Amino acid sequence: MEVFFINLIAATFRVSTPILLAAIGETFTERAGILNLGIEGIMFFGAFVGFFAADLSGSLWFGLFLAVISGVLSGLLMGLFSVSLGVNQHVSGLGITVLLTGLSLFGFRLQYGGRSTPPSIEPFQQINPFANIPILSTITQQYLLTYITFLVIVPLAGWILYRTRYGLHIRAVGDNPEAVDAAGVNVYAIRYSTLAIGGGLIAAGGAFLSLAQLGAFSHGIVSGRGWVAIAIVIFGNWIPLKVMFGALIFGGTYALQLRLQAMGLKLPIPYETFLALPYVVTIIALVVAGRNASYPAALLKPYRRE
Amino acid sequence: MNVVEMNAITKYFGEMVANDHVDFDLRKGEIHALLGENGAGKTTLMRILYGLYKQDSGGVQINGKAVQINSPKDSIANNIGMVTQHFALVPPMTVAENVILGHTNRFVLDYDAAESSVADAARKYGLDINPRAMVRHLSVGQRQRVEILKALYRNSRVLILDEPTAVLIPQEVDVLFETLRKLVDDGLSVVFISHKLDEVTNITNRITILRDGKSIGTVDTCDMSHNQLAALMIRQASFHVNNKIAEIKKSRSLLNIKSLSALDDQGLPALRDINLTVHTGEILGIAGVSGNGQKQLAETLCGVRNCTEGEIKLDGITLNGKTAGEFTTSGMGRIPEDRLEGVVGELTVQENLALEHLYQFSNKGFLNHKAIQKHANELIVQYQIKARPGDRIRTLSGGNVQKVLLARVLSTQPKIVIAPQPTRGLDVGAADYVRQQLLEQRNRGAGVILISEDLDEILALSDRIAVMYEGKIVGVLDASEANPERLGLLMSGAVKEM
Ligand SMILES: Nc1ncnc2c1ncn2[C@@H]1O[C@H](COP(=O)(O)OP(=O)(O)OP(=O)(O)O)[C@@H](O)[C@H]1O
Ligand SMILES: [Mg+2]
Repeated sequence: MEVFFINLIAATFRVSTPILLAAIGETFTERAGILNLGIEGIMFFGAFVGFFAADLSGSLWFGLFLAVISGVLSGLLMGLFSVSLGVNQHVSGLGITVLLTGLSLFGFRLQYGGRSTPPSIEPFQQINPFANIPILSTITQQYLLTYITFLVIVPLAGWILYRTRYGLHIRAVGDNPEAVDAAGVNVYAIRYSTLAIGGGLIAAGGAFLSLAQLGAFSHGIVSGRGWVAIAIVIFGNWIPLKVMFGALIFGGTYALQLRLQAMGLKLPIPYETFLALPYVVTIIALVVAGRNASYPAALLKPYRRE
Repeated sequence: MNVVEMNAITKYFGEMVANDHVDFDLRKGEIHALLGENGAGKTTLMRILYGLYKQDSGGVQINGKAVQINSPKDSIANNIGMVTQHFALVPPMTVAENVILGHTNRFVLDYDAAESSVADAARKYGLDINPRAMVRHLSVGQRQRVEILKALYRNSRVLILDEPTAVLIPQEVDVLFETLRKLVDDGLSVVFISHKLDEVTNITNRITILRDGKSIGTVDTCDMSHNQLAALMIRQASFHVNNKIAEIKKSRSLLNIKSLSALDDQGLPALRDINLTVHTGEILGIAGVSGNGQKQLAETLCGVRNCTEGEIKLDGITLNGKTAGEFTTSGMGRIPEDRLEGVVGELTVQENLALEHLYQFSNKGFLNHKAIQKHANELIVQYQIKARPGDRIRTLSGGNVQKVLLARVLSTQPKIVIAPQPTRGLDVGAADYVRQQLLEQRNRGAGVILISEDLDEILALSDRIAVMYEGKIVGVLDASEANPERLGLLMSGAVKEM
């Protein structure tokens, strides 16, 4: 039983990492007033570009790098529509998801179509700073990217949002862009920059799936994690540390569900029910926490000066 | 020496010319009023100076040098500060954060240093404000002080105030004027947008009058009387409120409020044991310093706030416990106090006019756009709204938004009209017009509840006057026995008369 729980904790961090990366990225854009529904497509695109570039170049880090760049560009594309052209954010976000999903599948077909075995690469290796300590070592056996996400990106995101001038501008733009404009700060520049940062993080989340967790790319690789990330951002009230807890809750139930399936319990319910568990838990968590959610007041509102 | 000179400024919004070759100049150390009716183009002109709008033609000179102002960044660099009509503050942030927004050269914020420098500035300019307070928790008067502090913190030498007194209670106006006098003594120049004549004559040195987007001219304040100014500002002869001429025959009691209590948003008692009766064909004035429960009373009476105790009975029907919609269909009409809350800015004038009685304009769930437009055209004429049916509400001037709200509520002929602060922010002509409308409602037999801080308005219109203090009714007087002194005493809570 003890082993079961320790393994579960270790898996929780692994499974949470891609969702957390995407959720932190989304936190940035939503804090600036942009709901980036392109998140699901950008994750998928990041997973594809990362895999493709790593496969061609033979370097996983190069793959990750290109994935991040592709995410930044996708974020800027979202900015072109939602910020500069003032297109409805739901429409432009969903459009980007459809576009990038199609583009990734098309690219995958072109490069790998017609093979009998799905292509794969040697994924990132896990590291373990505490390999000699008995129980702890099981948990600390993780990807470097997981360490970076939990120990660097989350605290850094919180620090930027609450301790820097840039973060002050982001929070203000998401609440009252007119006040920011009247203060002589460029609203568009702030919104574009958060979309770029957010896109990069979201794509990195996708690339984590193909480059670390799986070492492969497939149609169902993201399977709604982007949408879950959006729910987690709301659950976390747009605060990076709380968003991290949300991601852990989802990751924990996901890991638990995998184990329950593997245990081959004889239950009167079909195993697919377990698959739904993490999503159900997310919805419940959202309903409980979402009632007190304090949305950025300018979320979804394009800014125009006339 | 002119610190600001604006020459032949022209600005179009679509077809509509909001500023038509307007000249404006501001001298060092003066308070200069921009006077004009709702929609005259005052806000537009000053938003151009501040860089929030771009003029189509015309030039701006600052201290004798021609400058291009493309955004507030440029105007701030030229030491111009503006307090906009709707405050540009971020409510979930602290005062200090709002003040340093866009004006700090440190990438990593030092909150202690920021708070103490904001506190220093506040002290220096005599603006009483706590830098750590959350803007969301501040009163309107305090928020305005934050806005002024924001401008001064950026070393503004020109301060533009867009209708600064519209949202203030009389005591706060006195404080504001004292601050402004201090600032001009320090050499600042102030543009003061208003349509309150007594304030303009009280505090300004010169006045520029706008009418329909054109400048009528600039005059020295000391040369002008109220009547002369009003004549310049308003096209037709002013409306006159023909007061209580039409005496109503026999009136009966219409609305009975019994021991009504309610809580405010923070869950504290806002209304305590209120007993009131409104008769047909009567205007009941409710006087009091704002914040004594008037807002909650209006909300409770139209069903958007639940009462904790008591009874609201309209024409024999008990209303409490019903939904806001049922309050409306039973005959309660409220002109919303917060204009921006009462309308949907993104929707058009015609849609907003139909909003509260959509069932009249729909058939099996589909809207009849022709009927909506016809309805809007009628009301636009009847209520003299300066807009087209298809204009989006957010592009209307403040006064015209108020007329839309008024038209929407009054066109349904409610039994009771609740009018909280109905003339706030309106120019003389429009305010008289609204008052006239309220009197007409009374004359057709409706009961009108007029909530106002303006004692002159209350005294001029009401048949009876109730005074609110700390959520209680501390006195109800007949109009014939009321005078400002007596009401003032009641409003301050010093005496009680029942
Ligand atoms: N952003 C905009 N888009 C379209 N029309 C506008 C816009 N802003 C103002 N207008 C129009 O320009 C005219 C002048 O408006 P402005 O706000 O300058 O009036 P104002 O003198 O400040 O009036 P008030 O006293 O009611 O505030 C109005 O008819 C208004 O409808
Ligand atoms: Mg105005």
